[in-house]
Amino acid sequence: MNPDDRRYTKEHEWVKVEGDGKARIGITAYAVEELGDVVYFELPNAGESVSQAQKFGEVESVKAVSDLFAPVSGEILEVNPELSNRPEAVNEDPWEKGWLLVVRLQDDAELGGTMSAQEYSDLTST
Amino acid sequence: MIGPGTQLEQQRRLLLMDRSRPGRRGVAMPGLDVPEHDLPSADLLRADLPLPEVSQLEVVRYFTLLSQLNFSVDTNFYPLGSCTMKYNPRINEDVARIPGVAGVHPLQPTEGAQGALELMHRLQDMLAEITGMVATSLAPLAGAHGELAGVLMIRAYHHSRGEAQRTKMLVPDSAHGTNPATAAMAGYDVVSIPSDERGNMDLDALREASDDNLAGLMITLPSTLGLFDTGVLDVVRIVHEAGGLVYGDGANMNALMGRAKLGALGFDVVHLNLHKTFSTPHGGGGPGAGPVCVNQTLAPFLPSPVVSEEEGEGGSWFSLDDPQQSIGRLGGFQGNFGVLVRAYAYLRSLGEDGLKAVTDNAVLNANYVMQGLRPHYDLPYDRTCMHEAVFSARRQEAQGLKALDVAKRLLDYGIHAPTMYFPLIVGEALMIEPTEAETKETLDYFIEVMEHIAGEAMEDPETVRGAPYGAANTRLDEAGAARHPDLRWKPAS
Repeated sequence: MNPDDRRYTKEHEWVKVEGDGKARIGITAYAVEELGDVVYFELPNAGESVSQAQKFGEVESVKAVSDLFAPVSGEILEVNPELSNRPEAVNEDPWEKGWLLVVRLQDDAELGGTMSAQEYSDLTST
Repeated sequence: MIGPGTQLEQQRRLLLMDRSRPGRRGVAMPGLDVPEHDLPSADLLRADLPLPEVSQLEVVRYFTLLSQLNFSVDTNFYPLGSCTMKYNPRINEDVARIPGVAGVHPLQPTEGAQGALELMHRLQDMLAEITGMVATSLAPLAGAHGELAGVLMIRAYHHSRGEAQRTKMLVPDSAHGTNPATAAMAGYDVVSIPSDERGNMDLDALREASDDNLAGLMITLPSTLGLFDTGVLDVVRIVHEAGGLVYGDGANMNALMGRAKLGALGFDVVHLNLHKTFSTPHGGGGPGAGPVCVNQTLAPFLPSPVVSEEEGEGGSWFSLDDPQQSIGRLGGFQGNFGVLVRAYAYLRSLGEDGLKAVTDNAVLNANYVMQGLRPHYDLPYDRTCMHEAVFSARRQEAQGLKALDVAKRLLDYGIHAPTMYFPLIVGEALMIEPTEAETKETLDYFIEVMEHIAGEAMEDPETVRGAPYGAANTRLDEAGAARHPDLRWKPAS
């Protein structure tokens, strides 16, 4: 089930607005299922910026290396410190423990271009 | 503990460092005949990097045991699709060991290496003949290296015509992963073209993508589905009409040699894998070679060196040349010469009729296997195949099994796993390439085993899921190995 407390992209990222203009970013359970066991993340550093729909990093699994695309634009406030040592956290829990970035949301309007949980479920079930 | 089997198993697990004992020696060193020097200062020496101290016999046993743990085409049937794990005739090795061939030095002046250069020149001509092209460079050192050479030539061609805006490279969705990677490495934007329901390229999608920015198309023929794209002439025409060039990935040449020429179909550049189609050692067995063959359009751009022949008074003279607008060198010296020699020996020992027979038998064997397996496994593209057939383990998936489980179970019957999960457009793919060299009895055994495993999958899926049972290692923790790599031997504490 895709939680409906957040928004989704067709690139299989989620973004959750957390108040104070902050947004948390991760990849969906569907993406994790497709990737299989994740072994490595290449992520930017806090202080850098991401732009909506632009590549910000890579995820490597036993099957493939895939690009990560930002669901929204903004300055990076936090990078999940656990992922560098335990990338498997994303396999265990992509929705909470396996988050990737927290960014300062630059433009609320960008969320309009993302999908609801229902829309994303429809996309991934076809 | 002493017991039959256990001791052997323990011995197999001992690494060379585990066998090391201080002061033990493998060879008797001759007396010193040069002045003795002190060791460099201590900060240049690493005490934490031990070297094994073992007897010669132990070294022999260690590496012999390792070689016995291997599955290889010399010991077992090896139907690894898209890899053409064919038998490497031993005459290739004989020829490669002729002292004048084995001892030639890459810096030898051309006067003293005329024989080696003549061999390269003849090989260039033979490969051009086989592909229907006009010129060949033997410089690329591997298959993907040949791809890169081909795409860089396409790029150089467009730039030479002032058409640098052509930045789009089309790649069908059935392509080898190296194709889009190569195009990206050469600076191109990769656009994927879908396949239609018969496994051919979708011509409407191709037409739509073919515009003024088109640089070219990378295509494998037969495709990675093991199918001959019956629309290939239209494909080539559409790309050419848009001003693009057609690159042929020669990975599947085992289905075409002597029977169809890519140059005659309109391809502009083709690379060949000598380590697949032309029976030189493959994979861990040694270096590869990925010669590129081109038509008149691309001949000026070939990578250096190309061996050319001049008729003189004393006969032919061979020299190493740089083509006019060459994309340059791709590696040191004259490519992997030892590989070139083996491919030359293969071609000369087969001759034209032999080469045609190779192709015919490769295609016949694949179709024989396809017909035999058809009742037991899903065949997503049910057409006469070329040199390989792509099945799907979808039926077995319903029993909770995956293509991986079928592949692992084959090991228990002395058969190497086929290629799995490729091409990507077939779910749970099992890609089988028997090659021309196998007997009917081997193919029958393989079909029988696959049928048996399909039966096990229905009646006793747990057995299949736990396989292999007879291998030295069973299912490896690949994720664990990638997450926490353990790359160095450390003394047992």
